[in-house]
Amino acid sequence: MSTFIKPGAERQLKNHSSFGQTLRNSLTMAYRGLLKIKRTPEQLFDVTLQPIIFTLMFTYIFGGAISGDVVSYLPVIIPGILVQTVITTSIVTGVQLREDMEKGVFDRFKSLPISRIAPLAGALLADTVRYTIATVLTFTMGYFMGYRPEGGLGYVAIAALLVIGCSWAISWIFAFFGVIARTASSVQGISMIVLFPLTFMSNAFVPADTMPDWLQWFVTINPISHLVTAVRDLTNTGTAGSDLVFSLIGAAVIVAVFAPITVRAYMRRT
Amino acid sequence: MNQQGNKARQQVELAIEAQGLVKRFGDNRAVDGVDLKVPTGTIYGVLGPNGAGKTTAIRMLATLLRPDGGYARIFGHDVVKEPQIVRQLIGVTGQYASVDESLSATENLVIFSRLLGLGRADAKRKAAELLEEFGLSEAARRPLKNFSGGMRRRLDLAASLIAQPPLIFLDEPTTGLDPRTRNQMWDTIRRLVGSGSTVLLTTQYLEEADQLADRIAVIDHGRVVAEGTVDALKSSIGSSSLHLRVRDSQQMMLARQTVERVLRVQTSISAEASAITAPMGNADAVTDLLIALREAGIPLSEMSVQKPTLDEVFLSLTGSNTGDNAVQASGKEKQVEGQQYEYIH
Repeated sequence: MSTFIKPGAERQLKNHSSFGQTLRNSLTMAYRGLLKIKRTPEQLFDVTLQPIIFTLMFTYIFGGAISGDVVSYLPVIIPGILVQTVITTSIVTGVQLREDMEKGVFDRFKSLPISRIAPLAGALLADTVRYTIATVLTFTMGYFMGYRPEGGLGYVAIAALLVIGCSWAISWIFAFFGVIARTASSVQGISMIVLFPLTFMSNAFVPADTMPDWLQWFVTINPISHLVTAVRDLTNTGTAGSDLVFSLIGAAVIVAVFAPITVRAYMRRT
Repeated sequence: MNQQGNKARQQVELAIEAQGLVKRFGDNRAVDGVDLKVPTGTIYGVLGPNGAGKTTAIRMLATLLRPDGGYARIFGHDVVKEPQIVRQLIGVTGQYASVDESLSATENLVIFSRLLGLGRADAKRKAAELLEEFGLSEAARRPLKNFSGGMRRRLDLAASLIAQPPLIFLDEPTTGLDPRTRNQMWDTIRRLVGSGSTVLLTTQYLEEADQLADRIAVIDHGRVVAEGTVDALKSSIGSSSLHLRVRDSQQMMLARQTVERVLRVQTSISAEASAITAPMGNADAVTDLLIALREAGIPLSEMSVQKPTLDEVFLSLTGSNTGDNAVQASGKEKQVEGQQYEYIH
C-alpha cells in the first residue's frame, strides 16, 4: 500500500482474455488442484483400490466362463476394465467440483479477471493425475496376472494416453452435472445411472455376439465399445484403426458440447 | 453508443454509478431499485440489517450476479457489458473468507497472484510482502484450517489487494471479529483509501459506518431509504437518544407528552411497550426534562442516554420498525429527505 494506486479511469483494459491467458490460468488452477491432492492424499483411495479389486474380481469371475481360462481372457478384460475403471473415476471430478464450488474461494475466482473456463479446466486437468494412477495400476495388475500385451510397451503407452484423454473429455459431462446439481451426492447418483449402463452395455467384459440383436445394435454404436476396441487394437496387436478415430472424434465432440454449456451454467450459478 | 461513451467520460470521477438496480429471487425482490453514486477516493458505507439486500447489491456490482433491471458502471464500465474490464478494477472481500481452506496462506496468495498474471518469483515476493503487511508471516505455512476468524479475514483482504485494484468491495468486513481485530481492520481500510483506493463497505453497525465512511446509504427491503454524509444522517436522528421508563405504566402517555413538549421531538414506544425513546440533540435539555417530569409528578424507574442504534436509524429514516408498537419520528424524516435522492429522476 506504499505505492499509490493507479486511478481506475486511467487504465487501459481489454474486455476478453486471450488464448495464452486462458492456458496460463488453467495451468495455475491445475496446480491448485495438485496442491489439494497433495494436502489430502486420502482422496486417492478410490483410484488406487478400484483398479486392483476390479481387475482381480472380473478376471477370475468371468475368465473361465468367457475365454476358457484366465490368461486368454486377459487381453479382452484388461482394456475393458481399464476403460471402465478410468471413466468411472472421472465421476469424482464432478462430485469434487460440486463440493469445491460450495466454498467461498470460487467467488473469488469469479471476481478475478481470469479466463472464465480456467477454474473448471484446471480442476479437470488436475484430475488427469487420478486417471494416470488408475491406468498404471490396471496395467500393472494385468502384468502380475500374466498379461503380456503383444503390441509392446510403446503401444500400451499410447493406449494409456488415449484412455486418459477420453476420460478427461468425458469428465466434462460430469463437471456439467456437478455445476447444475444441488448436492454432491446427487452428482454421484446421476453420474452412476448414466455410466453404469454405458460401460456394461458395451464389449468391455464380454463379446457382443451372444447378446440379442437390439442389444448388439446398441453395443456397436456405444462410444465406450469403440474406445475399448481401440485400446485392444493398440495393446494386443499394435494397430490403430477406425475405432481410434471414432474415439478421438467422440472425445472432441463431448468437449466441444459440454465445455461451453458447463462454463455457462457455472457462470450463471450463484 | 457514442452518446454512452460521452456520458461515461463525464462521470469518470465516479467509482460506482448504479441506477435502478433490481435483483429478483423468485417472488422476492432482494434488491428493488437501488441507486448509488460513489465518488472516487472515498469510503462509502452501505448500512442495513440482515437480509436488506446489501450483499446482493455488492454481488451485482462485482459482476458475480447479473442484475434483472437497471444498470451499474464501475469507473464508467458497464458491469454487464464489460465484466472482464470491471473485474480488473475491483477487489472483492466477501462476508465469509473466500480463500482455500485446505491450502496454506502463502499458497493461497501465490495462486491468486499467478492467476493475476504475476510470474513465479513475483508471485512469491508479492505473497510474502502482503503476509508481512497483514501480520500473517508467522502463520504463512500453516493450513488455513487452524486460522482464527480475524486471520482469515486479513488473508482475504490481502488477497483482494494483490492487483492493487482502485475499487474494493468489503462485505461486512468486521462481522464476528473481536474489538481489537476490528480496530486493526479499520486501520487497514483507512490506509487503503490513503493510497488512492475507493472502498465500498457494507455493515450492520452504525458505529463502523460512523468510524470509516464519508457517505452512507441506508438500505432496507432492497431499497435505499436514505443517503447522505454521516453527519447529515446523524443529525437527522439526534446524536444520541434518550430512554425513559416510568414507574407507573398508567402515566405512560402523560410522560410521553411531557417529553415531546420539553424536547420538541417525536417520541416512540419501544417494542416491549414499556420504555419511551426520544432523539436528543442537546444533552442540556435533559435537566429541563427531569424538572418538568418531577413537576408533573411522574416518578421514573430508569433513565439512560445512548448512542443511536441501527434500529433507531431505521425508525427515524424508514418509519418501519421491527416492533409493532413503534411510532415513527416522522418529523425528523423530512429533514433527510432533502439530502437524499437528489439525483433521482
